[in-house]
Amino acid sequence: MKFTKMKALVFATATSTTALFSTAAHAVEIEYWQYFFGARVTAMEQLIENFEAVNPDITVTMTHFPYADYRTKVAAAIPAGEGPDVVQLFYGWLNDYKAASLIQPLPADSFDADTIDAEFFPMVSAMREGENYWALPTAVRSLALFYNTRLFDDAGIDGPPETLDEMLEIGAQLTKRDGAGNITQAGLTMGMTAQDHHWFREGLVRQFGGEPYLNDYTTVNYNTPEGVSAMEFYVGLGEENGIGAVGFMDEPQAAFKAGRAGMHIDGSFRIGSLNKTRGLKWAVTELPATGEGMRSNYSSYWVNAITTKAEDEKYDAAVKFMQYVTSDEAMQIWLDVVGELPAKPSVGLTEANSNDATYGPFIRGLAYANTTKFVNESAQRKVLIDAVERVKLQGMSVADSLAIAAAAEQELLDAFYTSK
Amino acid sequence: MVISFQDWNLLGDRTWAGWKNYEKLWNNPVFWQVFRNTFVYLILGTPISLVISFFIAYHLDKTRFMHGFIRMLYFLPFMTSAVAMAWVWRWFYQPVPIGLFNNALAQFGIPQIEFLRSTTNALPAILAPAVWAGLGFQIIIFMAGIRAIPQSYYEAARIDGVSKTATLFEITLPLLKPTIVFLVVFSSIGFLRIFDQVFNMTSGDPGGPLNSTKPLVLQIYQSAFTDFDMGYAAAQTVVLFLILLCVSLFQLYLLRDR
Repeated sequence: MKFTKMKALVFATATSTTALFSTAAHAVEIEYWQYFFGARVTAMEQLIENFEAVNPDITVTMTHFPYADYRTKVAAAIPAGEGPDVVQLFYGWLNDYKAASLIQPLPADSFDADTIDAEFFPMVSAMREGENYWALPTAVRSLALFYNTRLFDDAGIDGPPETLDEMLEIGAQLTKRDGAGNITQAGLTMGMTAQDHHWFREGLVRQFGGEPYLNDYTTVNYNTPEGVSAMEFYVGLGEENGIGAVGFMDEPQAAFKAGRAGMHIDGSFRIGSLNKTRGLKWAVTELPATGEGMRSNYSSYWVNAITTKAEDEKYDAAVKFMQYVTSDEAMQIWLDVVGELPAKPSVGLTEANSNDATYGPFIRGLAYANTTKFVNESAQRKVLIDAVERVKLQGMSVADSLAIAAAAEQELLDAFYTSK
Repeated sequence: MVISFQDWNLLGDRTWAGWKNYEKLWNNPVFWQVFRNTFVYLILGTPISLVISFFIAYHLDKTRFMHGFIRMLYFLPFMTSAVAMAWVWRWFYQPVPIGLFNNALAQFGIPQIEFLRSTTNALPAILAPAVWAGLGFQIIIFMAGIRAIPQSYYEAARIDGVSKTATLFEITLPLLKPTIVFLVVFSSIGFLRIFDQVFNMTSGDPGGPLNSTKPLVLQIYQSAFTDFDMGYAAAQTVVLFLILLCVSLFQLYLLRDR
C-alpha cells in the first residue's frame, strides 16, 4: 500500500519535471546580478515581471549579493562561464571590467551612441567609447540640501538658503552651543566621510571659479587659488563661522536624522531612510548657488552592462532586457520604488517629476551636474578627509594641506592610468 | 607568497611584478606609520592587559563572596561580539551632546576631549575596549594557573614567616611562568592582529584621522578589498606573517625554561 503511493509520487514528480524541462527548451533564461539593497531588489523584481509579461519566451533570474562580496563573485564567475548575462556595476568600475574583458559593448544597431547622447543626461557619456556604449544606467543620483523644517520654523526662518552666503547666515542662526562652547545643534552637518567630498570637488571648487580636474579627469587641478578658497570656505564652516563641526553626532546623516542639525547635504538615495525617521520634518532644496547664481552639482550612477558570458540567443535576450531597463517606463518605476532619478531628461524633466517637492531639486541639479571619473573612490575620498584633518588637527595651512592632497591624488590617478 | 610578486586586481590576469610590491611598501610612509601603530598596540596592550588581569585574578582568587556572579561579570565582555562592543564604545567616546564620557565631563564644566577624532588619543581610546574585552579570558587562565600551585609551598612559606610580597614574587610568579608565557604569546598575536575594534570604531574613515589608529591588518584589508591591489596586500601579509613569527619566537626565547 505504502509502496504504491510512493511509486505514484515518483511518477508524478518525474512527469512534472519533464513538463518543466519541455517548456524551458523553448525559452531563454538569462541571469541578472546586482548587489543587495532592499528597494533596488524590489524595483528590479517589478521590472523583470513587466519584461517577462511582454517577452514570454525569456526568463530573467535575479541574484543579489551583499555589497562587500559583489566584485569578487563577479570576477570569479564570468571567466568560469557562470554568473550573470547582464550585470550591474558602479560607473567608476567600468574601466576595470573592460580591461578584464568581463563585459562587451552594447550593439550599435540597438543602442546608437548618438541617439543615446541626445536622449540621456550628459554625464552618461562617460560610458561611451567610439561608436559604442559599454553600459547604461537606469537611474542617476545627485546632491541637494536637506533642511529640517521644524528647526527652521522654530528659528523663524522663512525658507531655505538660495546662496552660500545665505546658508552661512541661516546656519549661524540655527547653531546652538552649551556653556563650554560645544555645539549641541549644528547649522550644517560636516564630514568629508559622507557626501561633502563630492560637494567640494564638483560643487565648491567650480563655484569658486576653479576646475577640479583637467584632461578628462587624469590631472588634479584643485591645487589652485580657486581650489584653496573653496577649501578655506569649507574648513571655515567649522571654524570662524562655526556653523558645524566634523564628527558632530558621529556621522552627518545621524545628526540630521536626530533633528540636531538644520541643514545637511546628501544624495537622493537618503530620501528613503529619512522618510522612515519618525518625528523628523524635512524638505529639500537645490545646493546653494554663488552670489552670481552659479550652481554646480555632482552626480553618480550604477550602470547595467552585458557580460562576455552572454552568447547567441542569450545575448539577444540580454540586449532586449537592457533595452527594457533603460526605457522610460523602467526609469519611472525606479524613481517611484527606489527614489533614484531617471537618467533621461524625457522622464526626469516631466512637469510632475521636476516640480516634485522631494525629487525636484535633485532632478533640477542634474542639469548642472558633473561626474567625477574616480579611479578609486575610497582612496580619493581619503585624500580629502586627510586634507581637512591636517588643517584641523595639526594646524597646517589650507594651501599646504591641499597641495599635499593634490599630489597624493595625482599619484593615485597616475598609477591607475599608467597600468592600463 | 606567489601573489605578493604579482600585479592582480581580482578581475584581470595576474602579471609578474617582481619586487615591485615590496619596493612600494618600503617607500610608502603610510606603511611605516601602520607598522608603528601595530607595535604600539602590541607594546601597550600586552603588558597592560596582563598586569590588570593578573591583579584581578590574584585578588579574586582570595574572594569567596559571590564568586559565580563575579566570574560571570568579568567573563561577559569576552563572550560579547567585538563588533557590537566597538559600536557601544564608539558611542561612549562621541563628543557632546551624545557621548557618555564627554557628557559627564560637560556636567562638571570640563571642556570635552576628542577621543576618536584626534591623532594622539584615538589609538589608546581604541586599545582600551580591546584590552577590556580580553581580560575575562586572561583572568580565567591566570586563576587556573594560581590554583595549580600546590598549597604546600604557601604553607612552608607561612611557617618560615615570609612576607606576602615575597611570597608573590618568589613563589606565585615563578610558578606561573608557563601560564604567563602562554598568555604573552597569545595576547601578543591578538594585538598584532587587532582589526574589529579599529574598523568599527572608525568606520567613516577606517584607520582613524590621518591613519593614526590603522593597524597592519586593516591596511591589508583595504589594499585587498577597497583598492583591489591583491599583490600589494599579499606582500603586506607576508610581512605581517614574518613579524608574528619573529615576535612569537623572540618571546618564547625570552621566557624559556632555563
